[in-house]
Amino acid sequence: MAIISNATTIADAGAFSVSLGDQVLIKSFVLDNVSSTITLVHGSSGVVLDDTYPFYRFVFTSIHPGTDNIDFQVNFRDGGSAYDAPKTTSSFYAFEGESTDSAFSYNASFDIAQGTGVQGLAGSLGNGNDESASGELLLFNPSSTTYIKHFMAKTQYYNRSNYSQIYHIGGYCNTTAAIDGVQFSASSGNIDSGTIKMYGIKGAAN
Amino acid sequence: MGLISNGTTLLDAGVIDSGIAQGPMQLITTLTASSSATLDFTSGISSTYEEYVFVFFNLHPADNGVEFEFQGNAAGASGFNETITSSLFKAGHGEDGSGDSLNYEADHDQSQGTGFQDIARYVGNGNDESVCGTLTLYDPSSTAFVKHFIARTQMYHASNEAEDCFTAGYFNTTAAIDEIQFKFSAGNIDTGTIKMYGIK
Repeated sequence: MAIISNATTIADAGAFSVSLGDQVLIKSFVLDNVSSTITLVHGSSGVVLDDTYPFYRFVFTSIHPGTDNIDFQVNFRDGGSAYDAPKTTSSFYAFEGESTDSAFSYNASFDIAQGTGVQGLAGSLGNGNDESASGELLLFNPSSTTYIKHFMAKTQYYNRSNYSQIYHIGGYCNTTAAIDGVQFSASSGNIDSGTIKMYGIKGAAN
Repeated sequence: MGLISNGTTLLDAGVIDSGIAQGPMQLITTLTASSSATLDFTSGISSTYEEYVFVFFNLHPADNGVEFEFQGNAAGASGFNETITSSLFKAGHGEDGSGDSLNYEADHDQSQGTGFQDIARYVGNGNDESVCGTLTLYDPSSTAFVKHFIARTQMYHASNEAEDCFTAGYFNTTAAIDEIQFKFSAGNIDTGTIKMYGIK
């Protein structure tokens, strides 16, 4: 017999059906030739992005674009319906080519100074059959109305020039308005396949 | 009264049965600052977990342009003064578009030092300014190996910059580390929260 509370199955068949750890899976998207944007907004399609959790983790796995040489990117919603929160960010990368190239550098093409546009998480992503991007984005205390909203990301991917490349991005949404939506996108074309999972980390922030 | 489903005890005596897996990440302790000089984790660090993650939420300093830092204390010892060798580098970018940088920061590393280890630099204290991030401490109860740590913090730099700071190193001791203290290099922690999680 299942144990159901408020329409949620708590336990069934000798096991808990809900997460018992402090990292809770909120939403999982399996991408199958989806349009170029994936939106996670509070209160829609079971997404929770408020003060229920102080810390959110987005894990993207094997993101495979339909178009070669595109950027995988993110933006945030701070009220209204547009994904245009003002941001200041930094970015750097390291890569090693399958042949001889290598580099470690600040990435001025992927930083933002009080801009409202998308933040790149991976640049010049390849779309060969075995090429993809994986990584994570951490968003701290998005519901705060006192502080700016810090975030950090790292993405390891197959650069179209046959590089193993990693991007590190850090920054903040320079607003005291709550962030209630996150949108991932490809700069061009569809996302053929991949997975995006959104987790909440339990425990109230201050 | 126990709660039994399909022959498996799920709940009994007010707690989840010990035979039930509870997920890899468990919140152990939450410390909240209120004009606090330090935030000290003095219990809960043991051999129960091999990996401990401290998560920083909007730590807001009373003083402007101060370092956020930590130290450890070995089991049975006194004082937060363990020997550390570490590295620190950062990427930064100003709100006015200037100051984009990727630098090793030799002023914030240690070579067998016993001082507090910086993990965020020049944190601003404007009303909406703060530092967030994580520190992972590996296998702190080992009595065979040094104790490695890795931190990444994202802060509002006092010069109106986003700064992403990467710190790594080890406590160069084979004694177990069972206490960690966090503080700013000057002044109190006005507000903010640190949560310590254990990872199975």
